Amino acid sequence: MASSAKEMKEVLFGPIFANNPIALQILGICSALAVTSKMENTVVMCIALTLVTAFSNLFISLIRNHIPSSVRIIVQMTIIASLVIVVDQVLRAYAYSIAKELSVFVGLIITNCIVMGRAEAFAMKSSPGLSFLDGIGNGLGYSVVLLFVGFIRELFGSGSLFGYQILSLASEGGWYQPVGLLILPPSAFFIIGGFIWILRTFRPEQVEPKD
Amino acid sequence: MAKKNESLGKTLFVVIALCLVCAIIVSGAAVGLKPIQQKNAALDMQRNVLDAAGLLEPSTDVVAVFNDRVNTKLINLNSLELVEQANGQNATNYDPIAAANKPEWSTKLQKSEDTAGIGTREDVTKVYFINNEQGELETLVLYIRGYGLWGTMYGLISLQPDLNTVRSVNFYEHSETPGLGGEIQNPKWVAQWSGKEIYGDSNEQVEFDVMKNPTQENHDVDALSGATLTSNGVDNLVEYWFSDKAYGPLLEKIRKGELSNG
Repeated sequence: MASSAKEMKEVLFGPIFANNPIALQILGICSALAVTSKMENTVVMCIALTLVTAFSNLFISLIRNHIPSSVRIIVQMTIIASLVIVVDQVLRAYAYSIAKELSVFVGLIITNCIVMGRAEAFAMKSSPGLSFLDGIGNGLGYSVVLLFVGFIRELFGSGSLFGYQILSLASEGGWYQPVGLLILPPSAFFIIGGFIWILRTFRPEQVEPKD
Repeated sequence: MAKKNESLGKTLFVVIALCLVCAIIVSGAAVGLKPIQQKNAALDMQRNVLDAAGLLEPSTDVVAVFNDRVNTKLINLNSLELVEQANGQNATNYDPIAAANKPEWSTKLQKSEDTAGIGTREDVTKVYFINNEQGELETLVLYIRGYGLWGTMYGLISLQPDLNTVRSVNFYEHSETPGLGGEIQNPKWVAQWSGKEIYGDSNEQVEFDVMKNPTQENHDVDALSGATLTSNGVDNLVEYWFSDKAYGPLLEKIRKGELSNG
């Protein structure tokens, strides 16, 4: 492998802020809306997506020189789908209560644009090691946004973090009146929008030129 | 290289080889993990039952308490007899909700009598008898379900030995709006159910209601604010399940002591 340490670092950490898959490429929004109402679910989803992206990148890169281009998308989908099913089965075996809430969305990782996008755009052209790192990096980029959204939604929507009550709720005799909107999926739109705004304030080079 | 990849033979080879490898991995994972998954699902149901019976504390050893206290029985709702097996399964493995989806193990409900909106009712239900240390019935746990706003709400309700007073309820699976209808799982709201009587004096008419501004202190539970349709759904499902079309005759029989709880 001829990749230098600098290149590897860029591949791994670049997607977190400089080239974030959600904030800059606006990919993978669907699951970001659906699973972020609780931190616990968010963390599991992040780990699942990172693993799937990393390993699908790795396997696709390993056989990239043998994939006929006419069926390459199908080959990628098959690999991704298999990995997702394995992840789903493992979750059901070892984290049953979380799997029950996440199940549909874990399945939907198959169609997550980030996984597909990285397989097609990066793993088909790069060495296995770099592709694996790229998968981890993009998973981390996705995770940063999801954890940010999940943190705000659970803290202000339910007054808790990881299920532990932080703000005492008005309905249970406390002082905090939770923001009902934050429990519902559309609120993630506003929070992701806010995240992109903050990110682009610090990194003005990400702002698209005016038409 | 690129040219060789595009040949028909190579394409077929790659696709078939890939499918084989992936199929082996996927089926390996599914088969290998199945025992653990089934154990989890069973454990989850046992936890739900203990929760409905008010026996669940954070430190509870679910399996030990369940095996020690809970007596699972299958009862045919049409003949009101105890049965050993239904749908080819014994009391431990039988799933009344799965049976309700099978025509040969369920009864189709007329629109007019189907207040809970469930379509079909299983012929054989699963009842959990929980005895006290003297071997007398302490709690009876029954399956209930009905249509809410977005989908079917699945729950377990526990009754005191008079088979009229509610001990607790646990809606373990539903798809109501989080924060509104989803509050049917809120312990504060569930606590209201404790001590409510389902039937009126002669144990015939279902007097229990979920309504705004409850009128009968001993029968009514306050509806959830902002979740009228969910509250109506819960009201309807209790109405249905405790009517003489579902559990009514069964409860009457147990009350007379004709179905032993041993």
